[in-house]
Amino acid sequence: MRWDWLGEYIGRFGEGLLVTLELLALSITIGMAFAIPIGLVQVTGPRWLAAIARGFCTVIRGTPLLIQLWLLYYGLGSIFPMVPGIRESFLWPLLRDAFPYAVVAFSLSVAGYEGEVMRGAFAGVPKGELEAGRAFGMSRFTLLRRVWLPRALQNVLPTLAGEFVLTLKSTPLAATITVFEVYGIGTLVRQETYRVYEPLLFVAAIYVCLTGVIVVAFRRLENRVPRPA
Amino acid sequence: MSEFLESLRFLSFDGGWGWNLVRGLASTLQIALGAFFLGLSIGLFGALGKLHGSAPVRWLLEIYTTLIRAVPELVLILLLYYAGTQLVNEVLAMFGRRPIDISGLVAGIAVLGIVQGAYATEVIRGAMRAVPRGQLEAAAAFGMRPSLLLRRITVPAMIPFALPGLANLWLIVMKDTALLAVVGFTELALTTRQAAGSTRAYFMFFLVAALIYLCLTLISNVVFRHLERRARRGQPTLA
Repeated sequence: MRWDWLGEYIGRFGEGLLVTLELLALSITIGMAFAIPIGLVQVTGPRWLAAIARGFCTVIRGTPLLIQLWLLYYGLGSIFPMVPGIRESFLWPLLRDAFPYAVVAFSLSVAGYEGEVMRGAFAGVPKGELEAGRAFGMSRFTLLRRVWLPRALQNVLPTLAGEFVLTLKSTPLAATITVFEVYGIGTLVRQETYRVYEPLLFVAAIYVCLTGVIVVAFRRLENRVPRPA
Repeated sequence: MSEFLESLRFLSFDGGWGWNLVRGLASTLQIALGAFFLGLSIGLFGALGKLHGSAPVRWLLEIYTTLIRAVPELVLILLLYYAGTQLVNEVLAMFGRRPIDISGLVAGIAVLGIVQGAYATEVIRGAMRAVPRGQLEAAAAFGMRPSLLLRRITVPAMIPFALPGLANLWLIVMKDTALLAVVGFTELALTTRQAAGSTRAYFMFFLVAALIYLCLTLISNVVFRHLERRARRGQPTLA
C-alpha cells in the first residue's frame, strides 16, 4: 500500500466531495418535492391521477438507474441538438453540461422510490387525527401542512434514512456520464497514478463516513419526535 | 419521430442487433440468478452466525454487513473484482499453480453475490426471529438435531416472512447487473451501449433496454406474488 499520492490529490477529492454533496442535496430536495404529491395522490387523489403516479413509480423502480441516466444523457442529449433554435436559447448551456442530466435522473429516481414510501406513510396516519383536524375547522391544505404531512414524515424517518443512503450510494453512477464526483475523481487518480486499490479504498472510506453522517443526522431527527408514553 | 421509427430497424434479428441483445439478456439473467442464489446461501449462514454464533463470529458478520451496505456497489464491484482475481491467483501461486483467467461471468456472480449476501443476511435474520419460539422448542422437545430442526422447522417457517425482502433483493440484483457494464462485462447494459454507440441510435436502444428490464421486473412481481401466496397457504390472512 502506498499513500504518497494522497497529498497531491486531496484537493481534487475535496472538489469531488462538493459535487457529490451538491448532487445528493439537489436530488433529494427536488425528488422529495415530487415524492410527496406522488404519494398523496395515490392515497386520496382521483383515480386517473393515482394510476399515473403508480405507473411512474413502477417504471422508475423497475429499470436500472444506470439505464435511466444513459437514456437521459446520451439518448435525450443526442436529440436536443436537433431541435431548431435550441443552441441559441438560454437553456443550451444547461443542456450541454452533464451535471443537470445527473440531477434530473437522480431526482426522478428519488421521486419514484420515495413516492412509494410516502404513499405508505400517508396511508398509515390514523384516521382519527385527520378527523380531529377537520373538526377544528382546518382547511384541506392546513390539515395537510399541520397534521397529515408531519405525521406521515415522522413515521417513515427511519425508512427515509435508509433510502437516502441508497441514493448516496448510487451517486457514483454519475461518473459514467462524466460528472466528476468523489468516485469519478477516484477513477481519475487510479488512471494517473496506476494505483489499483488505494484510491478505491479511500473513496470507499469517504462513502462510509457520509453514510455515517446521514444515519446520525436522521437518528437525531427521530429523537426529536416525541414518543407516546 | 420518423427518425425514431427508422432506427427501429437496428433491432432486427437479421443483420441487426437483435441477437446481441438476446445474448446480453441471457448473461444478465445468468449473473442475476447466480448472484441471487449465492447471496441466499451466504445470507442463510450469515443469519445463523448472527443469531447463534460466538462473539467473534457475530462481530465479523456485523462488520461485513455494515461495510457492504455503506459502500457504493460500483466501488465494491471494482474492489472485489480486482482484489478478488488477484487474491485467487496469489493463492494459486502459493500452491505452485499457474495463474488463471477468471471469467467475467464467475467474477460477476461472485461480486454481486457477496454484496447480496450482506443484505440477505439481514432479511433472513429478521425472518428467523419472527418464527414463533414455541415451534422451535416443540421440535427440540421431540429430539430433533439442530440440522434437522433448521431444515424441517426454521427454514420452512421463516420463508413467508423472508419472501417480501427476498423479492426486493432479486429486483435489486437484476438491476445491479447493469453495473458490471462499468468493469467491461458484456451483459444487457453494455451490449445496448455498444449498439447505441455504433448506430448512433442512443435514445432508441436505451429505451429498449429500459423496457426489457421493466418486463423482467413485472414478470418477477407476478412470480413472487404466486410464491408468497403458496408460502402463506394455511396461514390466517392478514387483516
